[in-house]
Amino acid sequence: MFRRLTEGSEPSLTIFIDGSPTPARESDTVASAMLAAGRTAFRTTAVSGAPRGPFCLMGVCFDCLVIVDGTDNRQACMTTVRKGMRIETQPGKRTLGP
Amino acid sequence: MIAAEELRDQYDVAVVGAGPAGLAAVALCARSGLTCVLLDDQPSPGGQIYRGITNSPFPRNAVLGEDYWCGDILVHEALAGGTHYAPTATVWGLLRPDEIAVSIGGMTRQIRFGRVILATGAIERPFPIAGWTLPGVMTAGGAQILLKSSALVPEGRTVLAGCGPLLWLLAWQYLNAGVRLDAILDTAGRTNWRRVFRHAAKFAASPYLRKGLRLMLAVRRNLRVVAGIVALEAEGSERVEAVTYRTASGYSERLPVDTLFLHQGIVPNVNLAMSANVEHRWSDTQLCWVPRVDDYGSTALPHVAIAGDGAGIAGAEAAAARGRLAAIAAIRALTNRLSLDEDERDARHTLHRYERGRAFLDLLYQPAPQFRRPRSETIVCRCEEITAQQILETTALGCPGPNQMKAFLRCGMGPCQGRLCGLTVTELMAQARGLACGEIGYYRLRPPVKPITLAEIAGLPTNEAAVKAVARE
Repeated sequence: MFRRLTEGSEPSLTIFIDGSPTPARESDTVASAMLAAGRTAFRTTAVSGAPRGPFCLMGVCFDCLVIVDGTDNRQACMTTVRKGMRIETQPGKRTLGP
Repeated sequence: MIAAEELRDQYDVAVVGAGPAGLAAVALCARSGLTCVLLDDQPSPGGQIYRGITNSPFPRNAVLGEDYWCGDILVHEALAGGTHYAPTATVWGLLRPDEIAVSIGGMTRQIRFGRVILATGAIERPFPIAGWTLPGVMTAGGAQILLKSSALVPEGRTVLAGCGPLLWLLAWQYLNAGVRLDAILDTAGRTNWRRVFRHAAKFAASPYLRKGLRLMLAVRRNLRVVAGIVALEAEGSERVEAVTYRTASGYSERLPVDTLFLHQGIVPNVNLAMSANVEHRWSDTQLCWVPRVDDYGSTALPHVAIAGDGAGIAGAEAAAARGRLAAIAAIRALTNRLSLDEDERDARHTLHRYERGRAFLDLLYQPAPQFRRPRSETIVCRCEEITAQQILETTALGCPGPNQMKAFLRCGMGPCQGRLCGLTVTELMAQARGLACGEIGYYRLRPPVKPITLAEIAGLPTNEAAVKAVARE
């Protein structure tokens, strides 16, 4: 569980996490916006289905993989939020597009 | 800032990584009239140490400490000189001795260079304890990134466990920010003190001594610190719920937590250099792989130099100095006209000042064996969910090293490409086989050193040979 310190700018755009409108700041990554929104588990693993969330926050561990605007296996900590971005938690291994 | 399509095909100097080493290197190269490109995987410059420096949510000198703001000057000097700076750029390999492949926003470019300076910095040393894969368990470095870039701090019951300078820095920054940690579980081995005495006199002259003491005193005055931790586990089903520990004197406790931060030092981020066939050796003091480089960071490959923590952990100030030395070597090699003796003297002076007594810190905070070589069901390879037990059993079957281990277990073959398990696997196998880590070796790394899409590979320009390799007729 995380909270924002009062310093700095206030939330300035809206993204959608599993369909829920969620406030985010322009400089947020998908990972920081999701953590600020109280999300801890971002996906389940392809091997055992165990829940995982961000671990390193610097693009190294690949544990924060989510679906961003329909594309699987995006690193939440390496993706900057955009207005209206649709993020879904990723169950298991990625699926190929249609 | 520059987009992928605006990049040139060739630069005098390509610098990979916009942390202190890369920033200092590119500033000096550009000042000497060389054409430079600075490629970095983050959206803004500073590396992890100065993360978010150009758009910090904090007022100057608050919370993060005065050292953090030194990054401001480095960034300014690096971007002032006409350098092409490409953020969110994934450098995924050296395709030829003088050419790198980089992907920016899904577009791949090949860039040729006179010299490349790899300033890929450090990553956190793996901390494989039971439950370290649970959501809510994160690295202290990750905690710092959330703080620096998004002013995000933990809420609820929070414990920080491990050892090393960063642990104390994070706790101190949290104190400044008014964040309460429930406890610090200090895993630094008490017997380490016996080995560090001979380095103490040198470390007494290190600028890190005063800083470190100041941080530790402030933290110890304000927080509960439990020293001498010899066993540590995270518990929970869907997320972390508690941390249990045992001390050397036999005291044990179970602390309910919402967030657990782990840290036991940082190690060079070697994947790109290793994939380019730069020779690495095992360091017995830092317990990790370090590239073989000379006093300027030059490798045995004529076009490739390595600067900063990627060439061995020495901290931000030393990294900037080593960036300048790599730049000086590049300038001398490529221009043949500048002596730069004064710059070199300054850089070597800084380097000496900050490297003095480094062995003291390395040995004092050397993680204890049980936290580097886990047992039984503890997951070692997070990606493929391979346990210590599986690695030891496979080693007992006669599997000689980490590369053969892949064929048995897929250990190290997930998307992180061994970054979170490699050191643990080397150390476990070395102990099981009674060999030195240098003899066991490491994963054979090849490009792409980060997962990329087929489209990003297909986007590379084709030539006749490439078409012949895949066409049926």
